[in-house]
Order: sequence, then structure tokens, then C-alpha cells
Amino acid sequence: MRRNLTLKSTARITFVLLVSLAAGTAVHAQGRPGPSGPPPTAKAAAPIDLTGYWESLVTTEDWVYRMVTPRPGDYAGVPLRPVGIQVMDAWDPAKDTAAGLQCKSYGAPAIMRVPEHLHITWQDDQTLKMETDAGEQTRLFHFVPSMAAAHGPRTWQGYSVAQWEFQRQGGGFRSAGKAVWGSLKVTTSNLKEGYLRKNGVPYSEKTQVMEYYDPVQESNGDGLMVVTSYVTDPVYLFSPFVTDNNFLKLSSAAGWEPSACSAMW
Amino acid sequence: MRGMTCAIALILASAALPVRAQGVVAQEPVDLSGSWVPYATDNPLEVDEGPFTDDWTGMPLSAAGRALAQSYSASIYAEPERVCQLYGQWKYMTAPFPVRIWPVVGQATDQIVAWRLQTTEDQGGMTIWMDGRQPPSKYLDYSRGAFTTGHWKGDTLIADTSHLKMAPARNNGGFYSDQATLTSTFILHGDKLVMVFVLHDPVYFTQPYVYSRFFNRSTARPASTAWPPCIVNYEGVAEGAVPFYLPGKNPLLDQMMKVFHVPEYASEGGAQTMYPAYRDRLKAQYLKLYPTFPKKCKQYCTNFLFQRPAANLAQPVARAPAKSGQRKAKSGH
Repeated sequence: MRRNLTLKSTARITFVLLVSLAAGTAVHAQGRPGPSGPPPTAKAAAPIDLTGYWESLVTTEDWVYRMVTPRPGDYAGVPLRPVGIQVMDAWDPAKDTAAGLQCKSYGAPAIMRVPEHLHITWQDDQTLKMETDAGEQTRLFHFVPSMAAAHGPRTWQGYSVAQWEFQRQGGGFRSAGKAVWGSLKVTTSNLKEGYLRKNGVPYSEKTQVMEYYDPVQESNGDGLMVVTSYVTDPVYLFSPFVTDNNFLKLSSAAGWEPSACSAMW
Repeated sequence: MRGMTCAIALILASAALPVRAQGVVAQEPVDLSGSWVPYATDNPLEVDEGPFTDDWTGMPLSAAGRALAQSYSASIYAEPERVCQLYGQWKYMTAPFPVRIWPVVGQATDQIVAWRLQTTEDQGGMTIWMDGRQPPSKYLDYSRGAFTTGHWKGDTLIADTSHLKMAPARNNGGFYSDQATLTSTFILHGDKLVMVFVLHDPVYFTQPYVYSRFFNRSTARPASTAWPPCIVNYEGVAEGAVPFYLPGKNPLLDQMMKVFHVPEYASEGGAQTMYPAYRDRLKAQYLKLYPTFPKKCKQYCTNFLFQRPAANLAQPVARAPAKSGQRKAKSGH
């Protein structure tokens, strides 16, 4: 009982810290409200436009762990603890499918690594929505977090708190110049346990994911987005699992082919 | 009166100088200097072990690029002409070593005129000129350091490199040509740095080759970038000889199939292998094979930092226990 209370208190403190951080950044970044009126919404203050369709570019990076189902027991690059190796060795995709758990490799710690298309839109002025065709997942990035929602039932995509990182004319995060560029930072928790890779390399429900979404304008006019994913899991990992994922901006929905989660492919 | 006017003009001019200087310094909005350590979790096959001899998956190779890759023999680096040849700038993306970045300050103005990058002694280095200079003639034979200019967009440094030399984009014969150009983007997040490289090569690639990497700022003292000179020794290849494989004669083009069950039509690369739709082509054959894979991974299952016993290498040959007399004799030394 006391343990539960402690856990609840810890969760509450974590949430308050996350909200404070997000609010602080919002005030710091957007927050030169005029003498009248509140600061602009996340949508209005956005220094970059991530909306639209994006496609994974699986160049060299971990091709054999992403484009095909990795071999059983292959966890190259993942700082897996012995207890994680035991879980991985027990991987049984047929059992997962029978139990309705075929989305275990599509959770937030893994979804950006899946070869896929993304569709990013504004759900409302303070919430960015990301949908994937692979596994038909939906992620919601909340610029104004809700305590109740953050502690609801655990899900594959968990609860994500978002904040803009502004880069200003004249340089420096503290510069008073106009925002000319920026990044999106997303912190996700409240996850169901799942797999970092299709072959059962596990993450626990205590996992947290920190992500940076960085747009890159290519010299030939192509729009790129680099998503850096920083996964920490005190149960199965002994150090952060960090990956970079590249996406190419598309001008239309061409190639968008929703497919259900698969435990095997 | 005229003297007074001159004096005021001089005072105003001298007052304006620091303002101008500050204006230039302000063009360097963040400090990139330091030692940047890459994470070992991203792309271990490429970064740690080095790529397999026939792994060009996800590389947009042209027919010429593929032909060159398949004829490649790593023994070329034993040629006396190449022993001291430096790696190109792409090495920042694929080397397991920290990248050191430091500013170059102009003596006359005390302002940052360039950023300098370096990893190890066998890499060409990169100087990103920030002083607005123009690239030299495209016909000028430039050094292995190539020519790079940079500009800021907010706190993001964007650099354009030309005058590259032909060099490996992957250490298994996947080369870029001396016609290639490189765009690099450096994005700072506190003590973390995202580097994004995009390589355009009209000769050996059909599409841009994109690679990104995440670095952590190290608090350790940056490594020195001064090394002893390279000395050419005989390393098994005579002067003038060029090791290579004739088309269809390379015996090492089946490694990806043997180890990872990736068919040759995929391992030979091409732009199509970079996109999600390519999975459809692989699915039927791969899933048919999957039940035949060993239940426990035996080779290249982790990387050297995170290995479990006997997981990363082939099973070691069992040794017969030493006889007690031998052990005694050894311990007597």
C-alpha cells in the first residue's frame, strides 16, 4: 500500500516536473505575450511545420534489423541486461498473436524505427497528431499536458508531452530575435511493455522515450526530418538505446498503405 | 572646428568598431567546440564491426557504383600508393571515434573564421569556413580536406563541401566519386549534437545518400589531433599492382545471405532498397526461410560493448586441458 502511494507520489512529482518544464519552455520560448492577451497556442507559435506526409529513408542504418525481421536472439547494438536477454530468448510470435499482442513492436520506443509512412496533423491548437501506416498507430503530442490522461491506462504509444525548441534570429536560445527555426522535443511515458525490435528485444513499462524532431532543408529542395530517439529503461537496458531515423517529406499521400500490426513481419 | 569634427568622427568610428566585431561574433550563435562522442547503439554493424563484404543495403548505388563495389578488394589499402591515403569526410558518420570540433580564430580580427573537425589521424578532416569566402575553381586539385563553407540558420550550422576526393562511403567498396558534394547539418540540443550528412554523387549514386548520427558532449579533455607522420612500408602488395575482382569472380558476395539470410538482389543495394515498399519484395522469400534459422543467434548477435559470452564470435575451438606437468613448468618461470 505504502509502495503504491510512493509510486503514485513519484509519478505525480514526475508529471509536475514535466508540466513545469513544458510550461517553462513555453513561457521562455513563446512567452513574450503582449501587454494584452495570453501567449500564442503551440500551433500558432510553431517555429517549424512538421505537418504532412513523410516516408522512412532506411539508408544504411540498421537495415538488417528494420527491413527484415531480425534473427532470433540478435540484439546487436542494444545494451540489453541479462534479464532482457532471457525475455528476448522466450520470444514467440505465434503466442503474441494468439494473445492479441501483435502490436508489441509498434510502441513509441520502436515505432519511429519501423519502415513506414507518417501523417502529421494538428488535432487541435495544442496537440499534434502523428499517424503511421505500418501498424496503424496514432501518437498524440500534448503541448498542454493533462494529469488525468497522463496517468490513464498504459498504451503502446503512452502519453507524450511536447515542447518547441526555438532558434532565433541573431542566435542563441536566449536571443530576443524572431524565431526562424526550431525543433520539437517529445517526452513519452506511461507505456505498455513491448519490443524494441521485431524479434522480441524487450522494453518494460518503466521505459521513457525522449525524442528530437529536427527538420533539415536539403540543397535540392527536399525536406528531411531526423528523429532522434533516446530510450531509457531501468529494467532491461543498462544504458540508453539511441537511434536516429530519417524521413523524407512527401508532397502527397502516395504510398500511404495502412497495414495491421504483425508479430512476425 | 575642423579638428573637433575630426575628433568626433574618430571617436564615433572607434566606437563603431566593437559593434561591428560583436555583430560578426554574434553570427556564431552557439558554441560547437568540444569532443563529441557517438552512441554505440546506432548501426553497430557499420560502426563497430565494419560492414560485411557484400552489404550495400540501403545505398542508392548506380550501376557504376555497384560494379566498382563488387570488384573491390580491401587489399588496395596495402598498395604503397594508398597506405597513407586518408579517409574522406564521410568517416565522421561511420567511425566509432569521437569527433573533435574547435574554432579557428582569425589573428587580425580575433573572430571565428572557421570551424575545424577531426577524428583520427587517417581522416582528411574538415574546415568549415565562416568568413564568406568563395569556393575555388572546380578545376583546382584540392587536398583531402576538400573545401567547405558554412552558414547559420538560427542555431543550426549548415555546411556545403565540394572538391572531395573519391573515398569510401562504406568500407566495403561503396565509394563516392570526386564529383560528389556533401551537405552537413549540425543541430545542437544542449550537450547533445545531431549531425546529418547528405551526399550527392552523380557518378556512383542515383539519389542522395542520407546519414544522421547523435553525439554526446564529452567532459573529458579533447584528444590531441597531432600525430606522427604516416610512413609507407611494404604491406604485401607490390608498387603498381591493384588488387581487384573481375566481374562474377568475387567470392565474398554471399555473406549477407549466409549470416543474415538477405538475398543478393537486396544486399547489392540500389535506391529502391531505402524505401518501406521494398519490404514487400522480400517478404515471401524471407518468411519462408525464417523457420529454418537457428533458434539461438550464433554470430554477430551483439556488438563488442554489449556482448554475452560466445554470442559475437563463432564458437571458439575447444582446447584440451594442459597437462599438469606443463602447467607446473610454466608457472615455474
